[in-house]
Amino acid sequence: MRATVNGETMELPEGLTVSALLQHLVVRAERVAVERNGAVVKRARHGEERLAPGDVLEIVTFVGGG
Amino acid sequence: MDELVLGGHRFTSRLVVGTGKYQDFPTMKSALLASGAEMVTVAVRRLDLTAKGEASMLHWIPKEMVLLPNTAGCYNAEDAVRTCRLARELQLGGENPLVKLEVLSDPKTLLPDAEETLKAAKQLVAEGFRVLPYTNDDPVAARKLEDAGCAAVMPLGAPIGSGLGLRNPYSLQMILDQAKVPVIVDAGVGTASDCALCMELGVSGLLVNTAISGARDPAGMARAMKLATEAGRVAFLSGRIPRKLYGSASSPMAGVIGAA
Repeated sequence: MRATVNGETMELPEGLTVSALLQHLVVRAERVAVERNGAVVKRARHGEERLAPGDVLEIVTFVGGG
Repeated sequence: MDELVLGGHRFTSRLVVGTGKYQDFPTMKSALLASGAEMVTVAVRRLDLTAKGEASMLHWIPKEMVLLPNTAGCYNAEDAVRTCRLARELQLGGENPLVKLEVLSDPKTLLPDAEETLKAAKQLVAEGFRVLPYTNDDPVAARKLEDAGCAAVMPLGAPIGSGLGLRNPYSLQMILDQAKVPVIVDAGVGTASDCALCMELGVSGLLVNTAISGARDPAGMARAMKLATEAGRVAFLSGRIPRKLYGSASSPMAGVIGAA
């Protein structure tokens, strides 16, 4: 299925959970936050929430800033 | 004990520093330590999915420092609110919903958009955030933000990164006279004397990034600003003398030799 992750369209396996997506992208979950279609997916729900075709995901972290 | 109480935290240091625009992480860390800051700002950005396993900036921020996520780069209330929600999620459970709200109007001046800032502030307060809003040096905007339930107001001294210092001390004085929440000067500081001047006027704290990260010796400037912030605070608490147009002798007039 196709989904947009951090502004890039990607081909992803069907029915991924958020946790599986992070694993797929080789991202360590402890210091990222995930937004799916404009709403935060809480860490506790990463294992349950499944992605759907056309989803728009943002995976963010803290960086330097003023 | 002279403490700054802000959104449920108690700080001895009144200097808050940013973590942006450092040459490298070790330079940042030495500057953060030299500043004596107990709270540092951080930004929320997309994770670079190609840079796997790279050291996170967070490893270079001393553990005892409170993180203050900002909404830098947001130009409307909706993006700022989304950014704060993500920041809360990043704070591992969200026990510390302190956020620096910054909604800008245009990339050239980087001046705050008062209307969008107020809109975002109301939404964030309703969602339980402790909101520290970056605002123009406009007493009306500051009052509206305070009335909206913000935990502080953070007027600019001058545009972000400009280093122009405190351009309008009289507006700041008006904001200070009316505010019942801490007033923190955010943006515009160029050098240590700017810190001292703001603190002498009675602000509760300062937020500085570029003037430290852009200095030739960031740790040196951080230390200078730490000292100036403390000096300014003590001067404010000690009460300056009134300004007089003419001289007033310090030594007694009686007993001067050769007097009649």
